[in-house]
Amino acid sequence: MTSASTPAKARGGANPYLKRLMWPLAVLVALIVVNIAVTGFDFIVPSVNDDRLGGAFVNILRRSAPLLLVSLGMTLVIATKGIDLSVGAVYAIGAAIACQMIIDAENQSAPGLIFAAVALALVVTGVIGAWNGTMVAYFGIQPIVATLILMIAGRGIAQLVTGGQIPKVQDSSPFTELGRGAILTVPVPIVIAALVLLLLALLTRRTALGMLLESVGGNPEASRLAGIRSKGITVLVYLVCGLCAGLAGLIGAANLGSADANNGGLWIELDAILAVVIGGTALLGGRFFLLGTTIGVVIIGTLEDTIINVGLSSQWQFTAKAIVVFVVALLQSPEFRAWILKPFKRKPETPAPAPAEEVLAK
Amino acid sequence: MSDEPIVQMTGIRKDFTGVRALDGVDFTLRPGEIHAVMGENGAGKSTLIKVLTGVHTPDAGQIRLDGRPVRFHSPGAAQAAGISTVYQEVNLTDNLSVAENLFAGREPRLGPFINFRAMRRKARALLDDIGIDLNVAAPLSSYSIAMQQLVAISRAVDIEAKVLILDEPTSSLDRDEVAVLLGVMRRLAAQGTAMVFISHFLEQVYEISDRMTVLRNGKLVGEWATANLPESALIGHMLGREAATLEQIERAVAAHRVADEAPLVTATGLGRKGSIAPYDLDVHRGEVVGLAGLLGSGRTETVRLIAGADRADSGELRFEGGKVGGHNPRTAAARGIAFCPENRKTEGLVGDLTVGENMILAMQAARGWARSIPVARRDRIVAEFIEKLGIRPADPDMPVKNLSGGNQQKVLLARWMIIEPKLLILDEPTRGIDVGAKADIQRLVAELSGEGMAVLFVSAELDEVTRLSDRIAVLRDRELIAVLESEADMTTERIVDTIVAGGKND
Repeated sequence: MTSASTPAKARGGANPYLKRLMWPLAVLVALIVVNIAVTGFDFIVPSVNDDRLGGAFVNILRRSAPLLLVSLGMTLVIATKGIDLSVGAVYAIGAAIACQMIIDAENQSAPGLIFAAVALALVVTGVIGAWNGTMVAYFGIQPIVATLILMIAGRGIAQLVTGGQIPKVQDSSPFTELGRGAILTVPVPIVIAALVLLLLALLTRRTALGMLLESVGGNPEASRLAGIRSKGITVLVYLVCGLCAGLAGLIGAANLGSADANNGGLWIELDAILAVVIGGTALLGGRFFLLGTTIGVVIIGTLEDTIINVGLSSQWQFTAKAIVVFVVALLQSPEFRAWILKPFKRKPETPAPAPAEEVLAK
Repeated sequence: MSDEPIVQMTGIRKDFTGVRALDGVDFTLRPGEIHAVMGENGAGKSTLIKVLTGVHTPDAGQIRLDGRPVRFHSPGAAQAAGISTVYQEVNLTDNLSVAENLFAGREPRLGPFINFRAMRRKARALLDDIGIDLNVAAPLSSYSIAMQQLVAISRAVDIEAKVLILDEPTSSLDRDEVAVLLGVMRRLAAQGTAMVFISHFLEQVYEISDRMTVLRNGKLVGEWATANLPESALIGHMLGREAATLEQIERAVAAHRVADEAPLVTATGLGRKGSIAPYDLDVHRGEVVGLAGLLGSGRTETVRLIAGADRADSGELRFEGGKVGGHNPRTAAARGIAFCPENRKTEGLVGDLTVGENMILAMQAARGWARSIPVARRDRIVAEFIEKLGIRPADPDMPVKNLSGGNQQKVLLARWMIIEPKLLILDEPTRGIDVGAKADIQRLVAELSGEGMAVLFVSAELDEVTRLSDRIAVLRDRELIAVLESEADMTTERIVDTIVAGGKND
């Protein structure tokens, strides 16, 4: 692949992680600058009303929380050279199980019930993830095929759970706090997403899981010959991905107060893959960047607001998203950077971030 | 057979970062001749072919085609000039018919439409010409690999190929199929096509070729008419004697081996169908057992069974006296069997990971993911081995793919030395690396065995094998044919003789 051709410039004390994050971060900053230029500093500065943080940017973060959860799980799966297409369906299953269990109960506000509903949803989505992982690791089915099965079947399962209806939880139920509440003024979805990010960062970087994942994804045969138990690791990663998707579904359902088996988390797998790629994790597997994925998610979330703020109609949304992906992909391509920097070939490490803004301003 | 050469390459040089793959190589091909290019792995055969077919551009030297100097910048350019290549893997389209494959991209047309009738007719005529009988309307996949290969050759011939390069065309064919292929080659030669033949089957080379060019370590050894070069001389030329640039390592054989001790590893009738015939081999503590043989003789396959990288389907392996069951790389590592595979990039290292991460990979794998090696301990181990093996640059955080071949090999060695194995299996550890690193690794092997480690050492360079080994297992045609034990046998000549003799017996 692109080995050995990388210039021996990757040293110089610069943390390779920061280097990878630099381009997504530049795009995010550019987006934020555009928004501030159009709507003023209110865009970024949080306001406090009703004892909770508000403001445009905080809302973006709150809305992005489910996507972030799904994307974090996806990052780990992609690091193993895999992919999980079923996350949208698993999202719907998680939402459906929790909501259906709550509306089936007499008292929708009983704490024990809420706890049991959440736990059951997470257990089921975890099992579904592990099933995906088992098919990939032990049965040798290609990840895209293995997870495609549940991508299709999953929404059917969710429909069976809800009996084809859209279960609506009472607004008074504490369950909705998962999506609408706040802890110490911070919206609950942001708290949960931040905690999961922290937890996964610790799980992968404080243990050897992250390195072994990258090894398995980077070179499966070398990893086998080095004696790594790659099957167990693969199952674990898909399990985590399923759990994340289920949790995302719970937050989404709590926010809406209902679970829509057909449309809940629709196409979220594609946004998640997008966020992972924007964040610098290659679809070929190997090195992964949880923080990069986070930035990717925020870019996607911010973009939607930016389109409205700069006065474009919402029909621009998909096109603009595509343009951003295009720009980030180009910026991450060593070939493109070498080509664009050729005329300035004095100091190899001072590229101009200008093109990003130009394209976005269109 | 005209003597005016069709291809003349002179003084070809090709460098890849830090390694000189070809150094002033000359190659001459005459019309109607079958010319074998011989050499071990890394000798420069494939680089030479790639220069000729436009995959690589030479850094120095000249290529003349029909007397005119040419310079190919792409494989397409070389093909347009009449140089076609047939590779080991057939690169045709399985689900199209034979005729469609023969004429893909240059179909006979009737206005805007393909004239299938004309195509089938031309295809039959072409195959008749070459002397094979196929149903041209049948899908290519309905024929054996050999037949598919012949179709590929027919196609190449029909595209006005003046020069046909056959790169290991027979390696997946059985005996009868080989006979058909060689027959076709003879017929083509009679029609004036010049052919370059690459194969590690000496029998076939002797049967078919008119002339041989031998390469070693990127240099030209010489060109001979096949009739004037006996097999033993050829093997000698291919394996050669390393120039005296390497530091001599003292052979302290008697001191190594603990004679009265039971062997650490005993393989009895160990084998795997299609890969290596059942063999017996044992290795003692403190002993270096070398494996010698030509490319494709089964050296790698032999050690992979002991390493647990491949599963044996016959025989028995005992380690420290106990029978080894359910052998795989993980259980092997747990027993103390370490394996540095032949291909560093694809089987050894994880290119994106850092030097340090690659070094502790086996140790970490043995501990499982939950028990991370404490950072301080990890840093200390990595620093210790970078220092001990002289890895340059001495930067544990650099991606390992940025290192030179020799340093990469040292990283791989360090990975296993860290877990202090009882048996270290090295498959071509010195291939494609610079002379300094080569000497370092040889010294290290001697040192480790001196400390009591058992070593299985595979190398294409006989000099290296004889210098390091206490005993040498000789292989030929995927069969272990002899184990040389006595001090007097530790010479390149003895090994070459054994290989040649082994061939005559069957």
